[in-house]
Amino acid sequence: MKKVYADEKWCLGCGLCNVYCRTCHSETNDIVKAHNFEEPRPKSRLHVETGEKVNFALQCRHCDDPKCVTACITGAMQKDPDTGLVTNDTDRCVGCWTCVLACPFGAIVRDEDAGKVAAKCDLCVKSGEPECVKHCPNNALKFEDRE
Amino acid sequence: MSLQLGWPDYMVIRDENRCIKCEVCAKQCANEVHKLDSDYDKMMADESKCVNCHRCVALCPTRALKIKVNDLEFKPNANWTGSAIKEIYKQASSGGVLLSGMGNTKPYPVYWDKMLINASQVTNPSIDPLREPMETSVLLGRKPEKLEFDKDGKLKTKMPPQVKLDVPVMFSAMSFGSISKNAHEALARAATDLNIMYNTGEGGLAKEFYQYGPNTIVQIASGRFGVHPEYLNAGAMLEIKIGQGAKPGIGGHLPGEKVGEAVSKARMIPRGSDAISPAPHHDIYSIEDLRQLIYSLKEATNYTKPVSVKIAAVHNSPAIASGIARAGADIIAIDGFRGGTGAAPSRVRDNVGIPIELALAAVDQRLREESIRNDVSLVVGGSIRNSADIVKAIALGADACYIASSALIAVGCHMCQNCYTGKCNWGIATQRDDLVKRLNPDIAYERLMNLITAWKHEIEELLGGMGINAIESLRGNRLMLRGIGLNQKELDILGIQHAGE
Repeated sequence: MKKVYADEKWCLGCGLCNVYCRTCHSETNDIVKAHNFEEPRPKSRLHVETGEKVNFALQCRHCDDPKCVTACITGAMQKDPDTGLVTNDTDRCVGCWTCVLACPFGAIVRDEDAGKVAAKCDLCVKSGEPECVKHCPNNALKFEDRE
Repeated sequence: MSLQLGWPDYMVIRDENRCIKCEVCAKQCANEVHKLDSDYDKMMADESKCVNCHRCVALCPTRALKIKVNDLEFKPNANWTGSAIKEIYKQASSGGVLLSGMGNTKPYPVYWDKMLINASQVTNPSIDPLREPMETSVLLGRKPEKLEFDKDGKLKTKMPPQVKLDVPVMFSAMSFGSISKNAHEALARAATDLNIMYNTGEGGLAKEFYQYGPNTIVQIASGRFGVHPEYLNAGAMLEIKIGQGAKPGIGGHLPGEKVGEAVSKARMIPRGSDAISPAPHHDIYSIEDLRQLIYSLKEATNYTKPVSVKIAAVHNSPAIASGIARAGADIIAIDGFRGGTGAAPSRVRDNVGIPIELALAAVDQRLREESIRNDVSLVVGGSIRNSADIVKAIALGADACYIASSALIAVGCHMCQNCYTGKCNWGIATQRDDLVKRLNPDIAYERLMNLITAWKHEIEELLGGMGINAIESLRGNRLMLRGIGLNQKELDILGIQHAGE
């Protein structure tokens, strides 16, 4: 399946991926409203790791054997057998954070504002191409099938 | 000195309604202008550090930022302008020479903008380049006086070495050191795929760049950095740099901070040492001396590569060019006073040299009068801004043009003129690892490809409009140009008539 891959050689750690991730997962789909006004405050589903020498953006790897799905106590976390996409059904999620503990990448975010549910990268299914990839100013994120 | 008499040159204007405090501006500013004040939960700016490079403006996702020239004014005075006063303040506090990057900023006439191109109407009809073949390639090098063929029609004359360009444009000298490795790589790759040339500058050549050899001009400057037989044979053309348009008569100085491991290897100098290029070549004090170096280089490369000599456009360029042609150069490159640089004393940059348009016309005329025009190709640079400038240069007599500022602008340069600080926020004129990586050569390469491809289309359109189907037929065809708003002396030097004549 196509996944988002970070190329730390070109990542500047600017954080624009975060801005567009949050906007894409907002109700208003407007950068200013999503960041300054919208309630509950939309959450970005990726982390930008920044350091002295190395920066990279990290989001859900949509693992073949997703530990979060195994760990989920309500069956909210599911891997789509056709697309390979791992998603969380927020109606069933009870916010126990077992998935957060189980994820080896630390890629699951706790969204306490939107009713205590787990939030994670959904590869921006609603806009086609992941927004973080689309807006990276230095081509440090690639959306590719590398399997 | 705690008392500062001046004030910041720019104002950072932030639209608070749009700012989302994402801190992208703060993370991207190498000058540390922006910062998030956690007490007020607001982005703040220290304008005094701003150089107006627009990195923050370009990356701000909500377009909340504007940088404006500070509108605080002195009492109006046509003689003591604000910049004249502020320069004195600066020197009075620093005691140093004023430095600038990039080209001359003063409002001298731009003759390209005072020349108009002809087009065909009715007779000698224009040509549609989309339907008919159009030749934009040129050959640089000494041309034989005549061609001789044997009885089978095969060429008997031994052709002097030539370099073929698909478009009459080359990326001019920018050393690895003055620009980043990524910028250098983008230029090399684009030159290769466009089948034009790029120039190493005086910085030597890292081994990994030898693969671009067929499209490389290796430069030999007064500091002789990185010059060795392998280097000379790595390129397809050699260039002796005598002068540079931005700072005629001045040498170069790459500060030790920029001489990291890679630069030190390419230049063959110790890490961290200043790379100082003397103002003159200490072995060239006459045309005869120049001839010795030209022929030493030809010997070293077995007479297989054309040798260019680059000079700054100065008052007596025509006589110098004549000497260079007679000294055995295959190409003369002339760099006008608006040419860019990584660092130059501001006073030199803004007051020394002459416009390339006048130098080109005068040199071409002189070489023709002396019947030695075919002994050399003429390459001109020094602020070629677009394809029309190229067409005009060729009509004035050039064989090809050098571009550098345009190429850097294509990859992101915003002409803030602070190259010499080494803190280029666009990853171009810097050796700081975190800044260098901002210029992804894949993106920069694509932008260079796009620029030159676009210019090639435009050159074809302009040629077609004149009813000309090959760039060679335009060279020196000054009847295709008319002056606008020029006095008789200027028209005479340019060798063109006034519009309406």
